Amino acid sequence: MEPTPSVLFLLGASHHTAPLAVREKLALDDARAAALATRLQQTPGISEFTLLNTCNRVELYGVAGGEESLAVLRAAFAETTGCAPAELDGVLHLRQHHDVVAHLFSVAAGLDSQIVGETEVLGQVKTAYDKALARQWTGPVLNRVFQKAFQAAKHIRSHTRIGEGQISVANVAVDLAGKIFGDLAPVNVLVVGAGDIGLKTVQAFQSRGAKAITVASRTLSKAEEAAASAGGWAASLSDLPDILATADIVACSTAAPGFVLTHEMVTAAMQRRARPLFLIDLALPRDIDPAAAAIANVFLYNLDDLAKIAEGNLAQREAEIARCRAILAERTAALWPQVAQSLARNS
Amino acid sequence: MSSLPTDRALLWLGALLYLAGFVAGLLTLARRSTTPAPRAVLNSLLVAGWIAQMAGLYVRGLATGGCPLGNTFELVQFVAWSAMVLYFFVGTAFRVSLLGLFTAGYAATLALISLLIPAWDATHGQKIFGSNPWIELHAALAVFSYGVFGLLALTSVMTLLQNWSLKHKRLNGLFWFLPSVVQLDQINTRMLALGVLLLTFSLAVGSVWWLRDTASVNLPKLVVTLGVWAVYLTVLLLRWRALLVSVRFAWVCLVMFLLALLSLGPVNSSRQHEVVLTPINR
Repeated sequence: MEPTPSVLFLLGASHHTAPLAVREKLALDDARAAALATRLQQTPGISEFTLLNTCNRVELYGVAGGEESLAVLRAAFAETTGCAPAELDGVLHLRQHHDVVAHLFSVAAGLDSQIVGETEVLGQVKTAYDKALARQWTGPVLNRVFQKAFQAAKHIRSHTRIGEGQISVANVAVDLAGKIFGDLAPVNVLVVGAGDIGLKTVQAFQSRGAKAITVASRTLSKAEEAAASAGGWAASLSDLPDILATADIVACSTAAPGFVLTHEMVTAAMQRRARPLFLIDLALPRDIDPAAAAIANVFLYNLDDLAKIAEGNLAQREAEIARCRAILAERTAALWPQVAQSLARNS
Repeated sequence: MSSLPTDRALLWLGALLYLAGFVAGLLTLARRSTTPAPRAVLNSLLVAGWIAQMAGLYVRGLATGGCPLGNTFELVQFVAWSAMVLYFFVGTAFRVSLLGLFTAGYAATLALISLLIPAWDATHGQKIFGSNPWIELHAALAVFSYGVFGLLALTSVMTLLQNWSLKHKRLNGLFWFLPSVVQLDQINTRMLALGVLLLTFSLAVGSVWWLRDTASVNLPKLVVTLGVWAVYLTVLLLRWRALLVSVRFAWVCLVMFLLALLSLGPVNSSRQHEVVLTPINR
């Protein structure tokens, strides 16, 4: 009996298939990610895997012993995220073989991002891979595919003009702030969440002249660290109601499971101020109650809103995107025979 | 009165130049041009239109023997002219994008409507100017304040459009070029303060004259004028205390101007003397 050939697979959901509300349900916090990893390690036939978990996608890349091993993955996904299997129909997409390589290349190069050409996703893919490598979840197939994806992404960034223009969420948010406040020098910026996205947002606002920056975090020491690097002030989340009354721009990017800014908090803050309030929700699950958008003089934008604005510039870059896709297709075609050989050896 | 056909011809020329400026501005916007040349074309057309309109009003002033504010036609023309003067100052001082386009459309609309409604120019009021320069100053300041409130209505419309585009995330086309919400709010507040100041000064000057001869102003004019002033003053105080801001402030300014325009009728009718000045059918 011939051995069953190993399968390179990808199972997941992204902004292409799942709207923001569904992605919120699918988002894997540390505990859920650990639970899914444990489940995968215990699944017979799964020899390698990596979990990519960002604001716009939850994707599981792996090598399975055969088609039958893939069947259990969907159930594991549903169980971990707490979604009913029917809920995931049409949301989860499964790719195999050559398509997986092509997709990962596209993701790492930013071509599959909501804001095409953005570079943050490469860092997120690297982090996901490093984590998997450190925990020995990966093997020869995924190691090769991911390393080549990083090379391809770097090539795209340095040999094409795909990265030109306002293509990061933070930069789009800063542009919008200009439409509300004009000069950003006198505005008070409050960043809630001291993570990577929060810090990038701070940098984007500082690059446009914003001087008064406050970083608030659940852990005050983290806020102090981030505030020190940004030259701003630190605050704890318990101070939010008071700071909100004086802040002009609030960018939220925490990992909190519920709303950090509720409708009531925003309403109370608006009663104490006359200036507009620009709320930027960069978190998933969302940090700001969407109902706050209805309050007068409040402008609320979430990840999907910012991405849609960035798409406005997409037409201008379409020719460049086509060139990038051609380069990646060439590289995928060159790599695939080697990966197929590895998979055969794996079998 | 042989010069009167000339004054209407000049006023027509002014109105058409404003309209040409508006169309040029729209075309620039449609082409998404960011070069300074189209803006220079727009401003040149507006300056030319303003000069033609001023020349028309001057000729008419010579014919009537005073400031040409004797009927609805002249009042509306003067309001459009005042708005353009203010645009030249405000547009330069604040560098407000799209204000030129909006002012061109607004001035062209007022000027053309006034030219197309013969009834507004069929009769002419009593010659109230010339005999007393203070009354002339009172009337000119009052109408000029209406010009300020007109421009305030325009910037209020821009505020409402900007607010709508930001709330509904529609930032393409025209909306992308609108000034920021904060900038528009600052302009609106300053414009309101300027308008109230001018109207207050105008009423103060007029009241001195009125106290000497209370019969010189009829009750409807007195009530309407004081009513417009009181409401604008109240709006300014509410804005100053931050009790009326953002969209509500813009709506109030817009509606108030429409009401103020309607008030021109009672104000003007208070001194109708059925003096036929201008042959309209030409």
